[in-house]
Amino acid sequence: MRTTARPKTATLKTLPGDDVHQILWRFSDRFDLQMLVNSVRSVARGPVARLVASGARNTHEWTPEKASLLKEFDAAGVTSASLDAEYGGYIDGPKNFALALSAFELAWVDGGAATASLAGCLALAPIHERGTEEQRAHYMKLCSPTLNAEPLRGAFCLTEPLPYVGVETGLLSGKVRIAEWKEGEEPMLEVDKRGRFTTNMGFANFVTAAVDSGDERIKGSCMVILEETDPGTFDRGSATKKMVHQLSSTTDPIFHLTVPASRIIGGYEIKDGVIVPNFNHSEVIEAVFRRTRVTVGLMTAAKLLSAVEPLLRYHRDRFRGGETTHPGSVRYELGLQQKEDVLHRLLEVWATGEAAASLGFAAARLFDELDPLEQEKTALLAAQGAGKGMSAFRAMRKLEPDAIAAIRAHRTPDNPLIRYLILDSAANVFCPAAKLWNTGHGANELREAVSLMGGYGITEDCPGFLVQKWTDAQLEATYEGPEAVQRRQLSVTMTNEVFLAQFQNWIGELRVIAGEHPATSACALATAMQMWLWTLRHLQNAKDADGQNLYQSSRQGVTFPMADALCWLLSARQLVLDTMELAAKGRDNASVAEGFDGLMEFYTDLCSIQSGRTAGEVGRICAELVFGYNRHVDWTGEGCFHREELISLESIIPGIESMARDVLETDGSHPPKAGPCVRFNGYEQFQALRSKLDGCITGSQLAKDRAGESLVAVMIPAALDYPA
Amino acid sequence: MSYHIAVCAGIVPDPLQTLEPVSGPQGPALKNEMMLPAVLDPWAAHALYEASHLAKNVPGSKVYLVSLAPKAKLQQVLMTMAQKVAFELVALDGPSSGFTESADVASALAAAIEAIPGLDRSQLLLFGGWESAARAAGTTLAMVGERLGITEQFQGVDALKVGADGSLEILERVEGGKHQVSVCAGAPAVLGWATGSLPEPPNSPQTGMQNMRTVMPALQKAKPAQVGAHAFLSVSLPKQQRTTRIVKDVPAAEVAREIAAWIRGS
Repeated sequence: MRTTARPKTATLKTLPGDDVHQILWRFSDRFDLQMLVNSVRSVARGPVARLVASGARNTHEWTPEKASLLKEFDAAGVTSASLDAEYGGYIDGPKNFALALSAFELAWVDGGAATASLAGCLALAPIHERGTEEQRAHYMKLCSPTLNAEPLRGAFCLTEPLPYVGVETGLLSGKVRIAEWKEGEEPMLEVDKRGRFTTNMGFANFVTAAVDSGDERIKGSCMVILEETDPGTFDRGSATKKMVHQLSSTTDPIFHLTVPASRIIGGYEIKDGVIVPNFNHSEVIEAVFRRTRVTVGLMTAAKLLSAVEPLLRYHRDRFRGGETTHPGSVRYELGLQQKEDVLHRLLEVWATGEAAASLGFAAARLFDELDPLEQEKTALLAAQGAGKGMSAFRAMRKLEPDAIAAIRAHRTPDNPLIRYLILDSAANVFCPAAKLWNTGHGANELREAVSLMGGYGITEDCPGFLVQKWTDAQLEATYEGPEAVQRRQLSVTMTNEVFLAQFQNWIGELRVIAGEHPATSACALATAMQMWLWTLRHLQNAKDADGQNLYQSSRQGVTFPMADALCWLLSARQLVLDTMELAAKGRDNASVAEGFDGLMEFYTDLCSIQSGRTAGEVGRICAELVFGYNRHVDWTGEGCFHREELISLESIIPGIESMARDVLETDGSHPPKAGPCVRFNGYEQFQALRSKLDGCITGSQLAKDRAGESLVAVMIPAALDYPA
Repeated sequence: MSYHIAVCAGIVPDPLQTLEPVSGPQGPALKNEMMLPAVLDPWAAHALYEASHLAKNVPGSKVYLVSLAPKAKLQQVLMTMAQKVAFELVALDGPSSGFTESADVASALAAAIEAIPGLDRSQLLLFGGWESAARAAGTTLAMVGERLGITEQFQGVDALKVGADGSLEILERVEGGKHQVSVCAGAPAVLGWATGSLPEPPNSPQTGMQNMRTVMPALQKAKPAQVGAHAFLSVSLPKQQRTTRIVKDVPAAEVAREIAAWIRGS
């Protein structure tokens, strides 16, 4: 029988460069973004790396050296990348992908620098997403380094001291009251807010803060803009003693300020003498976080990929310089790369990094596609008189059957509202998935990277700053919504039937890819997706041994692992899709074409490695959930034979007594095990899928062996392009 | 008085890359050269920064970046270089490795410069590196000048001052760490720059976006250059090869001592 496993024909010649990444992440034709990448890179691998190497991370305080980075960001166009052209920006259209690339490049060297850069965008995001025209024009202009020699800097303040807003974003202690409301004049508000872990606070000139009403003349919550020159207290607070991201300024500020009501983000109406903000704080932060969380996920992805080159160099050079290790000897040429374990583990780090980047950038592109559609949706709903809240929700809900029908028919609907529904359902899954998996699983893999560097790995001057990147990843898994928040969101959004209809289609698409590119293990991935879908449907209807519903909000032991499993699937799938893009376009690029065969083989093997690991994880999680909530039968219950029963049956079915395994003897004794083996009545389909999935993993370890040959052969630069 | 400054600049592999000579179907080459990240030749890059500085100080002047390189690689390099200074690109598609013949390259570059629409040859300043990181022969620029009929040529330039009468005062490197001061009446002239005195400008995506309006069309219509028709009888590695080693906390004197010992030993 012929097999689909390929013999090795070509290996990776050089580390994948910009040309390759531009194809994989789909920005080969975006010169503005390519320039942004180069510009940010020069800051990251220059001033940022020098600061880290000189030990600037060893203080919690915001120092002049750290502050100098802000000017570097301004000069290199990092700050203005998020701004529209009218405010000195240079990137047309939505900027989710651009900011994702920017954060990726900065985090390649230091996550804190990336956070410092992004926190300014985060402060402006509520104004950009939900602010009034006046607010937008005013603050965007003042924050533009193109238009101002000393641009304003902002901070975003949501989190409060315990036990208030943190994981649960609805529980606010910050209050807004009416300080003064003169007849015919704009009301003046008194804002009381204590923040915790507020980034950029060491130097911010303004703050966008979430507060709740503490006055019956103000309805609900809102976000307000506070300025350092407002009357009252603008106390920046002391520096948070965080052990990570020390190149960003984080403090616990205190505000007691009087501001005009025009600072309510998105404006307000007055109804029956009550100020009604146009957007409550949840509506504002939802619009903000669903975009910025993707970027955080990409920061960890960058760190994983940045670990590859220093690890390759360390492994290869490990024994050079020793008296008994001579050039030309295997020990000299390969160093630790003689050992299979080193190669295989590094490949897992690399495959995770590629999959994480693929997922994150796909999510960022999705939001770029969604942004204009969202504006169109808002306008259309407003024209229908269903602009906001429940009426908008109901209007969109009615369109779900049409959206599902269009997905099943593989048709792009003409109605922009339906197109929005489809994209939005995917975005609502991709965003938390990228944040959760990239940072959570990414942190685990970064620990692996540190350990692959041996004792050097835990030193401050480890090439590539690996230990800093590992610990930073823990913060990335926590801020802007910790892992539990992402799992909670996924447990809801992944059951949206519009999303699931797309998911079903993706299974078929992966089978087609597998037909043309079997070595990607796309088929294993498709089977794993099939198993996940079967398991979800089963759990949605099944009950546990005590008769309780399995898939329900409070049952996080069920919903959260399913969310985790989905993340594995989505990231591996996206790596396969990106690799297919490389297959389609790589040869057209003269730089990529030279080593194309080896490059494609390597990425194909990475797909297989990641798909194999994914299949293993998904199989384990699904099996635990499908069987784990049933009670194991014991020797007193049904499911075992009694000896007397067998003796009497022997005359009817000769031989049964010798064949039966789980037999309770007449004296009550039984085989030494927990009980009769579990029977699978009703689970035959799952069992068949599980068995099929295990078989589908065939070849993924061979892929690891092949890819390992590339690690040994690939050319690497003589030194890292940033100091350590 | 204004200048048309044509800066000749090739691209070379990023200096951190490991370079390995190999024999290819077209003769000697560098292993995986097309796949290695490239940069604008550092010597020529100094010339470009000096050209931009001069153009800013002499109103009406214009900078042309004239480059012969594989277009796909050149495009990647320009994603950074286009952010540094404003220029108009004149691109030729062809190999940029150290194994091309400088006379061929000079012919192609000279022809491309002559064909620049609206170029005032009487006000032409031909800039470039006095040598190159590709082969360090430093022969191309002089030959481009000769082909364009420019006889005022200066090499190893570190500074240029324009006098009120349009004369050019030029500081050239000579032996013993000294400079020679020359004065010529004015353009046209060839200036092969050493390092000059200007720092590398920071990246500015805004400048880059401005440059891209001409860069992309220029790359699209870049014509293949006729270079590399010569056969090499033999190619050998230089006796002195780079050995990159990262060291920390070593005094400068110790580093100098080690380098001197390495040079003596080779």
